[in-house]
Amino acid sequence: MQMSGNKGRPGVFAATLLDLRRGDAATLDHIDLPGQDARRLMELGFLPGIRITAGHSAPGGDPRVFQVDGSEIALRRETARRLKVRLDKARQSPGLP
Amino acid sequence: MSECGDCHGCGAAAVIELPRGPEGAPASPKIVALAGPPNSGKTTLFNRLTGLRQKVANFPGVTVEQHTGIAELPDGRAVRIIDLPGLYSLSPHSEDEQIAHDVLTGQRPDTPPPEAILLVLDSTNLGRHLMLAAPILALGVPTLIILNMADDLRNRGGHLDTCKLSAQLGAPVALVSARQGEGIGEVFEFLASAMPAPAPRELPVLHDVPKCREWAGRVGSQASYRPPVPPKWTRRLDSVFLHPVAGPLVFAVVVVAVFQTIFTAAVPLMDGLRWLFEVSGKWVAATLPDSIFRSLLVEGVWSGVGSVVVFLPQVLFLFLFIGILEDSGYLARAALIADRTMARVGLQGKSFIPLLSAYACAVPAILSTRTIENKRDRFATILIAPFMTCSARLPVYTLIIAAFLPNRPVLGPFLGARAAALLGLYLLGFLAAVATARVLKSSILKSGHTPFLLEMPSYRWPTVRSIGLRLFDRAKVFLRRAGTVILLVTVVLWIMAHLPPVNGKAPSIQDSLAGTVGRTLEPVIKPLGFNWKIGIGLITSLAARETIIGTLGAIYGMDPESHQLGLQKALQHDLTPGGAVALLVFFAFAMQCISTIAVVRRETGGWKWPILQFTYMGVLAYGGAFAAAHLIR
Repeated sequence: MQMSGNKGRPGVFAATLLDLRRGDAATLDHIDLPGQDARRLMELGFLPGIRITAGHSAPGGDPRVFQVDGSEIALRRETARRLKVRLDKARQSPGLP
Repeated sequence: MSECGDCHGCGAAAVIELPRGPEGAPASPKIVALAGPPNSGKTTLFNRLTGLRQKVANFPGVTVEQHTGIAELPDGRAVRIIDLPGLYSLSPHSEDEQIAHDVLTGQRPDTPPPEAILLVLDSTNLGRHLMLAAPILALGVPTLIILNMADDLRNRGGHLDTCKLSAQLGAPVALVSARQGEGIGEVFEFLASAMPAPAPRELPVLHDVPKCREWAGRVGSQASYRPPVPPKWTRRLDSVFLHPVAGPLVFAVVVVAVFQTIFTAAVPLMDGLRWLFEVSGKWVAATLPDSIFRSLLVEGVWSGVGSVVVFLPQVLFLFLFIGILEDSGYLARAALIADRTMARVGLQGKSFIPLLSAYACAVPAILSTRTIENKRDRFATILIAPFMTCSARLPVYTLIIAAFLPNRPVLGPFLGARAAALLGLYLLGFLAAVATARVLKSSILKSGHTPFLLEMPSYRWPTVRSIGLRLFDRAKVFLRRAGTVILLVTVVLWIMAHLPPVNGKAPSIQDSLAGTVGRTLEPVIKPLGFNWKIGIGLITSLAARETIIGTLGAIYGMDPESHQLGLQKALQHDLTPGGAVALLVFFAFAMQCISTIAVVRRETGGWKWPILQFTYMGVLAYGGAFAAAHLIR
């Protein structure tokens, strides 16, 4: 995980959906995928600026379900990695095992 | 709220009823297209509107299925409804969306342009679903916006003013629950009306997704849309079904329970059907005078078709389970759990659903691979689907297992020896599929990365109506096959078994034309432990696997040596245990199904893939059977 701010100070982090653990939420910044693929994701609700919450996952954590724009969409790790998000708050949940 | 049913006062939403005398009624029914995003409940509404009057075909020249049905209006007029594939937008990415786009814009020469569109959207997720309204309304075709799942919206505290929404969109809006039948009257009212074109409204730039979403959000909020709270029960159930430990456990229990039930619950029904055929066969034999016609009827048709029809309960039980899993929403969770495993052989979770339906029949399974956007993943799924144990193999397996394996308990009362053997055969087919997928995906069908996207629908109670319609449809298909392909094969076989006549009488089965063919084949299949009678069965089963039972039933019925024995006893007499296993293995691997070959040709656009597939599966079947016959004595 790359961080642009200091660890102790709550700030804006540059991260991907992969960094979210169950219950965490973040704001989508941009999608780092080719046009067609990004467009399909946008049609499913992954639009820049939207809040995304990480949900359950398949055993092993891959794929994971994300709650976005009223739907629940499952993405594989390799795709989740390409969705860059802003962690605008410190993590609230301690994270589940 | 949904009570705003009579929107006649709302200006733009007004549905004007034109006086229409009997002479004004059009000669051919109006054509209406049913469009909507996936998971909007489009199919449920289609079933609700058309009931049993449905037809499934393919759009000519492409691989997309075309569902059409007739909806009868209260005044007796008929409307033809085309159920289009699910689409997220009108900018076509996949073949499905291309077809939907072309039908809606009237660009397909085989489908007349629809006079109206029924746009189905999920009212519990209006913000996102309303995005599709923009390109649809831009077409200028009369459109009814149907907000489905009204019951969910209400139960979860959501709210919407349909009058305001209708005014915003310039088109009539109906809040319905296709599952409960609520608000369906409004849909019929629209279909019976003059169907006004949408009033011009400002629409967003259609190719700009963020702009469309913004527009949809604005329209929603101006219609006082309050989204419902997240589905409480779906979250609760998912914390079990997607639990790291409980989830896979539930998955395994579901799969085992399905197979065990098929093998136990269906048996009394099958025994009943068998008894019915025996009694009626005897009655026919006793009623008709002794003639060549009676022989054809009793030995050919009755025993041939009867021995296949007996398996109808089993096929229906399987479709009952698949229907319940799909309609309840669990199937998507199963795809999620299966994704990692599928990824290991180079496939994806979406291949899981077609492969699971291939347990019922490879033909609909191959058709359902259309949901896989990646062409290489799709072809790989098509090529391995026939390895999954389809319901046509089930009767063959059941017969041979029952003939050669006593039903001892294996796992206490939970799993008998026969069910365990059956499960083993299912596993064998599955392993062959997995190994083949691995080979394909690491060689000729290697593909790059396409994002895997899977929408998780909310859990819902499956309705009796929807499951019932599906079962009715399956029963129709199964019986039609028994009544056409299998009937034809049994009759041809009967004729071949009665030629050439010896002294004006039928020859013994061994000297008949069929016997000659079987005996010519015998040297080839002898190493597998099969005799010429099985050989004839193998030939006829090329048409459809279950035909072998009818064939063997007919052959053993005609052969005086074995005709006193039942089919099971006759098989015990003719096959060694090794030969029986070889026959099972042969059926597990061989591609004995003309319908599948035809559908693969259509879906892959040529003969290359089906020929490759047929040869590969044939070699594997022969090799596997050979090994089984020599390893098991």
